[in-house]
Amino acid sequence: MMTLPCSPVFSLCVLWDMLVALALMLTPVIGYAAEWDIDQLMHGLAQTRSDHASFTEKKYIAMLEEPVESSGELFYTAPDYLEQRTLKPKPESMILDHETLVFERGRQKHNLQLQDYPELAAYIDSIRGTLAGDRKALERSYQLNLEGTIEHWTLQLLPVDKKMQAVVKHIRIAGVGYTVRSIEITQTDGDSSLMLIERMAAP
Amino acid sequence: MKQIPVRRGRAAISLWLMFILVCGIIISRTQFTTDLSAFLPRSPTPEQQLLLEQIRDGLASRLILVGIEGADAPTRAELSRQIARRLRADPAFVSVNNGEPVNAERDRAFLFGNRYLLSPAVTPARFSVDGLHAALSDSIDLLASPAGLPVKSLLPRDPTGEMMQLLDQINSGTPPKMVDGAWASRDGARALMLMQTRASGADIDAQQRAMAAIRQAFDTVSGATPAARLVMTGPGVFSVNSRETIKSQVSRLAIISVVLIATLLLLIYRSFTALVLGFLPVISGALAAITAVSLGFGAVHGITLGFGTALIGEAVDYSIYLFVQSEQGDSDQQNWIKRFWPTIRLGVLTSIFGFASLLLSGFPGLAQLGLYSIAGLVAAATVTRFVLPHLLPANFRIHDVSAIGLVLFRLVQRAAALRWVVAILLLAACVILAGNRTSLWNDKISSLSPVSQADVTLDESLRADMGLPDVRYLVVVSGASREAVLRSSEQVSTILQTQVDQGELAGFESPSRYLPSTAMQRARQASLPSPAVLETRLAQAVQGLPVRAQLFTPFIADIAAARSQPLLQGVDLEQTSMAMAVDALLIQQDHHWSASLPLAAPKNASININRIRVALNDTGMPDVLLVDMKAESDRLYSGYLHEAILLSSGGLVAIIGLLLLVFRSPGRVVRIIAPLAAAVITVTAGLAVFGQQLIILHLVGMLLVVAVGSNYALFFDQAGRPLHPGVAKTADTRTIGHTISPRTLASMLFASLTTVAGFGLLSFSNVSILQAMGVTVAPGVILALIYSAIFARQPNA
Repeated sequence: MMTLPCSPVFSLCVLWDMLVALALMLTPVIGYAAEWDIDQLMHGLAQTRSDHASFTEKKYIAMLEEPVESSGELFYTAPDYLEQRTLKPKPESMILDHETLVFERGRQKHNLQLQDYPELAAYIDSIRGTLAGDRKALERSYQLNLEGTIEHWTLQLLPVDKKMQAVVKHIRIAGVGYTVRSIEITQTDGDSSLMLIERMAAP
Repeated sequence: MKQIPVRRGRAAISLWLMFILVCGIIISRTQFTTDLSAFLPRSPTPEQQLLLEQIRDGLASRLILVGIEGADAPTRAELSRQIARRLRADPAFVSVNNGEPVNAERDRAFLFGNRYLLSPAVTPARFSVDGLHAALSDSIDLLASPAGLPVKSLLPRDPTGEMMQLLDQINSGTPPKMVDGAWASRDGARALMLMQTRASGADIDAQQRAMAAIRQAFDTVSGATPAARLVMTGPGVFSVNSRETIKSQVSRLAIISVVLIATLLLLIYRSFTALVLGFLPVISGALAAITAVSLGFGAVHGITLGFGTALIGEAVDYSIYLFVQSEQGDSDQQNWIKRFWPTIRLGVLTSIFGFASLLLSGFPGLAQLGLYSIAGLVAAATVTRFVLPHLLPANFRIHDVSAIGLVLFRLVQRAAALRWVVAILLLAACVILAGNRTSLWNDKISSLSPVSQADVTLDESLRADMGLPDVRYLVVVSGASREAVLRSSEQVSTILQTQVDQGELAGFESPSRYLPSTAMQRARQASLPSPAVLETRLAQAVQGLPVRAQLFTPFIADIAAARSQPLLQGVDLEQTSMAMAVDALLIQQDHHWSASLPLAAPKNASININRIRVALNDTGMPDVLLVDMKAESDRLYSGYLHEAILLSSGGLVAIIGLLLLVFRSPGRVVRIIAPLAAAVITVTAGLAVFGQQLIILHLVGMLLVVAVGSNYALFFDQAGRPLHPGVAKTADTRTIGHTISPRTLASMLFASLTTVAGFGLLSFSNVSILQAMGVTVAPGVILALIYSAIFARQPNA
């Protein structure tokens, strides 16, 4: 049913990734240290045109006796396409393409318009906005705060919207260089989730 | 001696005046319509009946799509919100949607509060230990998924996920995108609104009021932003615009054609008395025609009136023949009656025979045209014959037209030389027709629509922006009560759901989704276990799952409440978005109910309609119909087209039969018919050359060419015969041998000029139905006259 938009030219995408990585290595390290700020991080993140990674996510939910765990792969193509393909515990996928969110779970397939689910939109935009290095998009919903160094940074997102605050307390995105390594979401009711991301060389 | 004709004249005049009076009374009580239903069948099949119901009363018929263009995006969105606020307070609109979540809260509350009555997943098995375990396990998995966030808070009250079930069913469409808090087109260039009127699409007055309300709301709120523009489309809008177009066209055509013909006649007659008298048969004909249609059909269609204006040019012919062909003075009018009346009477009879075929049409619109023509021509001819001569003043005279007649006479004498040219032309026409025979006819019903291409384009673009699918397939169930059709809808839904699961359909709609039958609601209630039983089962069901049974105390309470909650009625849906769907899908007509279940095709694929048909047939349910709206409407129209072709051929056969009966000479009949057939062939080929595909009304035009042209052919034929013995002595002094007289020629030229003027005007109409008749009749009549002259028997032959 589903095709990966990038797949026919995937080798090209990977090639591009490698070129970006190469370019980063060639840039003087001193350069980051001097002006390490959100703009610098965003600019660096924005260089990634497409990405492929594996993830494991643990959700800690008070109602449940133990955390629920899921794992799978992530695909990203700048600036608007993000796919989270869960393999365990049940195969399912979530594709965010521009403003449309498609969930596929077993036989069921749902098309959602982000506009109809503002909280969900803010939540998903935190991930997509970070990957795209889109500071403007992030600042529409969150107050940003960057800590650490280029070798190990943490970007904290605090929701500005009252409705969103009722659901999400904060989101912490951590990374190394211009690669996102983890996303931690703490909800207002105390539940939380932690997603660890591992970049994959090739699909 | 003189007393008898005078007395007879007075009697004729008083009879005529009485007739006019009666016509006037009937017409003043006549209803005039403009909707296209006159062009829909009189005795439809069940499928066609449904099609008509959908066209008239279905949801689609009540939608008005609105676009706001110009200005900038935030302004457009603001206008959209303000217009919506005003119109939501207007009872003429059932709903006004522009993306604002006005009903969202109420919808959610309705669905959540009634989830155990509404969810198709509610069965006894769902609430068994195994069923609960599976449902809980699913819900917990969902929590782990990215989609889990909104589900979490629902878990303690709805662990089996019924709310998600319901939302899944409802959110299957793709709404337009939001820009600045209101719907906008994909390219963002216009704000979009979708309104549903309370009145049906067939109620054109109500649709017109709704449009006026929208425009007024727009004008009020957009006062400060002159750059903003309002566009509207939808079936109701089309009907209103069509009516306006037809109204304005018919009145304009009537005025122009009267002025044009009057000017023409004034130039010829140079006498106002003659002009006024000449119009008497026309007016009588028009009044008789409208009265006949009104009595025969209960209402007169605007198109029929438009056609009537063109017929002015034809009805005036009789008085032209009388005035031009007769010499001055009473005796010569008597002479005219003896000499020419039989020919004209035969011409009228031919026309009647031709048009009578239209009366048999299953297309009420065509039958109206047929009746109008017959009644109009008979009345005009009768008044010319029996009333007009008595009204002529003693010294009545018109301008001498013999000069024109003589010029024509010389032309006609040489016309035979053109026979070869005509033969080549006809051959070429036949070749063209043979080459275009597959594309000659347009059998799409849309070809009849008076809606302009610009409006159609706007409609398509707004529909695409709105993501409104063009519903092509519908399953329709009917029954004696709401409950009965809801139960049938549920049965059909089960079958359709299987098809959805197999990927044959993307989805479908059903009123039973929002308002299940009482039986279904009872069955769902009966599936719910008692609190004590549920508690025990839950304790077992949570084993092996990372939850404690205590979490679900609110669930047990909700189930207990649902077991005894009152069943859903239609009124419970009021004020929710679901009411609109149910209203649209459930139609009540007298004591008859029907429910429509529109089908949505899978993305990038079409529906395998036979498969669905077989699946539905397998149930053996009566009163279930699968309707292919597009195929049905096209079939309907092409059925008519073929019927009309058949009827017209029948009309032609009847005319030939009539002529054979009168003349008892096949050769003579061929001589009369040949120029007419040649004219029709040439015109048809001409239309093909200009790329105009033929619709039913071209066919009506061809019948008219034959009807009008038959007069000319008969005159030429009559002239070629030895004169009636009694008339011979008083024959026109300028008659040379047995050829046609210059005076007759002049009258035919004038008659054809007025006909061309009347019908030529129709060619410029932008109502396709009227234009089709115009472009056929105007050139056809001229050609019929020329061909009649060319093919006429030569005096020395």
